Amino acid sequence: MRSFQSFLRASAAVLAASVSMGALAAESVKIVSSLPRTGSANAQTTSMVNGIKMAIAERGGKIGDIEIVYEDWDDASPQRGNWDPAVEAANADKAIADSSVLAYIGTYNSGASKISMPKLNSAGIVMVSPGNTYPGLTKEGFGEENEPAVYRPSGKINYFRVVPTDDVQGSVAADYAKELGAKKAYVLHDRELYGKGIADVFKKSAAELGIEVVGFDGIDNKASNYKSLVTKMKQAGADVVYYGGTTQTNAGQLAKDIVAGGLKAKLIVPDGCFEEAFIAAAGAKALEGRCYITFGGVEAKALTGKGKDFYEGYKKTYGGEPEGYAVYGYEAANVVLAAMERIHKAGGKLTRESVLAEVGKTKDFTGALGTWSFDANGDTTNRTFSVNTVKDGKFTTVKVVQ
Amino acid sequence: MTETEVFIQQVILGLSNGMIIALVALGYTMVYGIVELINFAHGDVFTLGGFLGLTIVGALGAAAIIDPGALGETSNWLLLVGLVIGCGLFCGVLNLSIDTVVYKPLRRAPKLTQLVAAIGVSFILVNVALFWGGVPMDVFSGGAAAAASKDFPEILEGSNLLGEDSNVVLRLEDIAIFAITIPLMIGLTLFVKKTRLGRGMRATAQNPIAARLMGIDTDRVIAATFLIGGFLGGAASVMWSVYNNTISFQMGFRAGMDAFTAAVLGGIGSLPGAMVGGVLIGLIRAMSDQYIETRWTNVVVFSVLVLILVFRPSGLLGLKQREKV
Repeated sequence: MRSFQSFLRASAAVLAASVSMGALAAESVKIVSSLPRTGSANAQTTSMVNGIKMAIAERGGKIGDIEIVYEDWDDASPQRGNWDPAVEAANADKAIADSSVLAYIGTYNSGASKISMPKLNSAGIVMVSPGNTYPGLTKEGFGEENEPAVYRPSGKINYFRVVPTDDVQGSVAADYAKELGAKKAYVLHDRELYGKGIADVFKKSAAELGIEVVGFDGIDNKASNYKSLVTKMKQAGADVVYYGGTTQTNAGQLAKDIVAGGLKAKLIVPDGCFEEAFIAAAGAKALEGRCYITFGGVEAKALTGKGKDFYEGYKKTYGGEPEGYAVYGYEAANVVLAAMERIHKAGGKLTRESVLAEVGKTKDFTGALGTWSFDANGDTTNRTFSVNTVKDGKFTTVKVVQ
Repeated sequence: MTETEVFIQQVILGLSNGMIIALVALGYTMVYGIVELINFAHGDVFTLGGFLGLTIVGALGAAAIIDPGALGETSNWLLLVGLVIGCGLFCGVLNLSIDTVVYKPLRRAPKLTQLVAAIGVSFILVNVALFWGGVPMDVFSGGAAAAASKDFPEILEGSNLLGEDSNVVLRLEDIAIFAITIPLMIGLTLFVKKTRLGRGMRATAQNPIAARLMGIDTDRVIAATFLIGGFLGGAASVMWSVYNNTISFQMGFRAGMDAFTAAVLGGIGSLPGAMVGGVLIGLIRAMSDQYIETRWTNVVVFSVLVLILVFRPSGLLGLKQREKV
């Protein structure tokens, strides 16, 4: 009898606890981000997360009287030193299981979104990526036959991105190669979704511009060096090398070996290398005057309007220069928060469905990246690109393409 | 570039890369020969050697070293030899400590236990390297990105010895690899063949129990093996860093895999086997990059390994069939 009483007491306590927790949960909503926190992309991620935190802090951490809870999740693992499919899948499941999660900011790597997109799509959670540039995630005709339908099992669009895609970026790079006077291009990629995708676009655009593509190959992105490959490129007479890859897939080593191997060609790399870690890995000497980095947008200090406010505010709050993608983290969070504010103002309830629908309606949004909208595919209408190089150990913009 | 020039160039690159692999492979094969343990932590001991090297270079003042003129040719060679000895000793002692603390108590435990312990040590060392890379030093880019690859300054002057106009590139680094690796290999061979301790090693490798009955202090032999294997790994890490000009906390994984493959290819347990295996893998990689395609290189390397193991299960120069783990 006694034990029955204590059982009753215990269950009453549990019941009371769950009621009070339920009451708390009603007044708060959760936004999570899934970005690579382990590995060399971490500096870039820290910057993006700072951007997200800034956007939330600017609203006092609240939408009306509803508290915004933000959680910063890691989608990388030490074994890979890079994003990990298993971790990304677990993150998506975790977000789905937690009913207070209304928005998922991520991912940084396009390959990772391939994993979480279909899961979050079925659950109807809005996903805003600050970094994915692989076109096939949203557009038909750039990747596999079944893309992007395969990522949208529910048939609805739940995935949006604030960065311009690689089909534009790859052709910007090819245009610039032409400007550099390139006649023979050697195109390499890291055999990942993003790298191979953008290298394909570059190869196609270069050929259209009359640049001869003398080689196309996927490299082993963990190799100790690429000296033998450089010899092969030298024999092919390449005067420009395009590498579709990131700092994490050894772009730094490739840059170095091109110099060491005596290949007098320019190197062009995409936005995956637009981070301080790339300069640290390659050494400024191997990049200055011979390496060009394309980026969807302009470097933080060249931003104008609200972007300038962001840059000043970032430096004041975090005491350092933001990495290239910080502003996209900020913008991604802002788009979600602005949608939540609109719902709240109209007297609506914040749910997964309402937030998803409202984010999709984003039109003529004036943010740090200028005024832009989401198109029917969920892509930004923003088309600003910059070509950057390295001077005195720092990135400098050499050209801006609108 | 003519076909001949290309071929000569690839041979140079293959040999340089292969020599470094061989040096690491010796560490695997020596330990396996004596205690029949595949020391999976060996590649990560190698990584820490590279980090110590960069730390020393940073402490000496990276600026002076990035500009080779500031120190002069001779001091750069002295620095290189100093690094090889310093990092070699560090890795040797580290390897020996790992054996004393982790492997020794497990000596009579099942092989699988030792193997798992080795993998565990490997994880610990990778994380030590990750932590080390985050130390706020200029050479670690202020510690801002612990996991990022680090630029290792050019210690030897990087110009082409055959003249800037020559299509074939031969750099001081290539020469340095030969100048340091070959004496180390000859020294090791003489040591094992001629000295008392070396004889003890061979005896222990053949039959540890009989060796102990004959009055050989097998514990001392094992300690020496780990010390020497570690030393070679440390020396290799310096050559690797100087040659590739990059270090990262994961460098030991790939280097270790290549070296382990080389050791198996040459016949694990056999010293000349590891040397031959390493050089062979370097050459196969270079030739595959040139004449097949880079994306097939790993496939080619492992296909060769499989073929050789099918027709010679104990490797190219392996003598007897040993218990596999």
